Amino acid sequence: MSTEQALSAAVLRSDRFRLEREADWIRLEDIVSKMEKGKNRRLSDEDVLALPTLYRTLLSSLSIARENSLDAGLIDYLEGLSLRSYFLVYGTQSSFGRWFAGFFGGGWSRAVRAIQLDIWIALSVMIAGAVIGYILVAGDSDWFYALVPGGFSEVRVPGATEEALRGTLFGTEDSDGLGVFAAFLFSNNAQVAILAFALGFAFAIPSILLLIHNMALLGAMLWVFAQRGLTVDFIGWLSIHGTTELFAILLAGAAGIHVGRSMAFPGARSHLKAASDAGKRAALVMAGVIIMLVCAGLLEGFARQLIDNSAGRFGVGGGMLLLWLVYFIGFGRERRRPGA
Amino acid sequence: MSSSRAVNPWIRRSADPTLDRIMVTPEGVPLNVTIASAGARAGALLLDLVFIQILSTVIALLCLTLAFFFVAGGADFLDMDGPLGFVGIFYFIANFLLLNGYFIYFELGHRSATWGKRLVGIRVASRDGSRLTAEAIIARNIVRSVELFLPLTFLGSAGAGGTSVDLTTWAGFLWVLMFLLFPLFNKDRLRGGDVIAGTWVIQNVKKNLGDIVAPSAARISADGSPVAARYHFSDAELSVYGEYELQTLENVLRSDQEEALEKVATSICQKIGWEPGSGDERAFLEAYYTALRARLERSMKFGKRRKDKFAPHE
Repeated sequence: MSTEQALSAAVLRSDRFRLEREADWIRLEDIVSKMEKGKNRRLSDEDVLALPTLYRTLLSSLSIARENSLDAGLIDYLEGLSLRSYFLVYGTQSSFGRWFAGFFGGGWSRAVRAIQLDIWIALSVMIAGAVIGYILVAGDSDWFYALVPGGFSEVRVPGATEEALRGTLFGTEDSDGLGVFAAFLFSNNAQVAILAFALGFAFAIPSILLLIHNMALLGAMLWVFAQRGLTVDFIGWLSIHGTTELFAILLAGAAGIHVGRSMAFPGARSHLKAASDAGKRAALVMAGVIIMLVCAGLLEGFARQLIDNSAGRFGVGGGMLLLWLVYFIGFGRERRRPGA
Repeated sequence: MSSSRAVNPWIRRSADPTLDRIMVTPEGVPLNVTIASAGARAGALLLDLVFIQILSTVIALLCLTLAFFFVAGGADFLDMDGPLGFVGIFYFIANFLLLNGYFIYFELGHRSATWGKRLVGIRVASRDGSRLTAEAIIARNIVRSVELFLPLTFLGSAGAGGTSVDLTTWAGFLWVLMFLLFPLFNKDRLRGGDVIAGTWVIQNVKKNLGDIVAPSAARISADGSPVAARYHFSDAELSVYGEYELQTLENVLRSDQEEALEKVATSICQKIGWEPGSGDERAFLEAYYTALRARLERSMKFGKRRKDKFAPHE
């Protein structure tokens, strides 16, 4: 039976409504099924262009059917197809490349600027952690063993000689397998940074504790080197990758604090809304943190072993810090309208 | 509009009504969605863990094979700058990407679902009906590392440590429980990552367009008159049923089972005081269905809906 015949034969107005439109629905279903299976290339340009129109027509068909038809099977079908095509029309970003361009072209730096307050909180927490570590160990050197996990270093302990300590900073580490070392450092640090962020979920307190603990370790280590007059060399050794790595951990901690703070004090929004707004912003920051940690891993694995003097290390470390600061502070700002 | 359920009769009631939600599209059309049950979520996660395990085994085997060939080809086993170093780098990076990227990669796709979720038939969606962004996917999966991988490694190391079931082990156990059971303690079955990302996980729907329910009603029978014309139902005979009964009848007609047709035809005949015939149950039911639906749809146009046979006439 052709459509015209079926139309003229249909007794119910709601059946005629369906017969008039079902060709469009079936076409949309076909497009949707292909896209869901990832066979976008098999679709013609016409079909891709027609998708939004067909989707809106379908939504209006659904609204009409809900008011006029008692064919439950038909309404179920329209509901299901509407939902499926909604997900395609309002799907995730169309291409990874475009998302990435937007991310580097300002999305990342804007997100970092948006959590400025949390960055200051995280920074003060980190400084406090380092100072606490230093003071504790200065007061009683046994604290060192409580702060620094065993096996972390056999040489870098309180009371070690200057030569031994200097040896850990310069030259001794052989340059074999730097790439593997860098890759290992990266995946290790990245997991710590992800942890610092994700712990923010519990109202930021674990994030802060994690930052304090890690920085106290650093402070304790600094004291050991300061005792032998190696402060500057130690900082140089640390800064070549540390400006990038510590910055990344700072951002990760700040992102965690941002989420935790928004959940604890959502302001006028609902708790869930506040959490999801903050979470999405923080996720952007975190994607960047991973990239920074890749850089830090490369610097730590290669550059630190290859540049064997403090001046060169300060140069590279300072340059990286400057680069990040310029990007975060200056990049991707919306231009002010003239006269505004 | 105090009770939306009474005002909007299109709201779906599925097997577990506590999981039914309404999501409003940006066009302003509300759609029925069903939250994925905790069981489905757990099943999908287990499947994904199995897939990750398989993939990581494949990576390890690949690295071992590569290393074996390099060593057989004369590479120095301890020379980390040589090809073996490359294998090492590949191993670390591949494992990191696998653990952190698996969920993100698949949920960024058109189906917003990992392999496990696809098999179970669920997907990630934005809670407020807006576009599901890459940030949201990253956010919900970064939290997974605290929810799942951290406790797993923690428990693993505690288990490897031997018999010491001490305070830290119990703390770790509580931690796992807190996050694992989190979805059970909120009505939308959100896990921690969903809370932060503004997402939820819902069931996929795939319904086929069925045929017209009663196609024979208009068909011309052998003697030249429409089949439906053989039956005439009075207003009183049609007013005994409402929408619920109409949909039951629709289901019976769609499934087209001889026994059910006979049973329903008999009970309708009893209800309206007809003498049940035999052999033409389907034709009778289609005619009755068409007449009843025409009547109910007509009154719908005037804003009158009759839920079921117990509803009073307006």
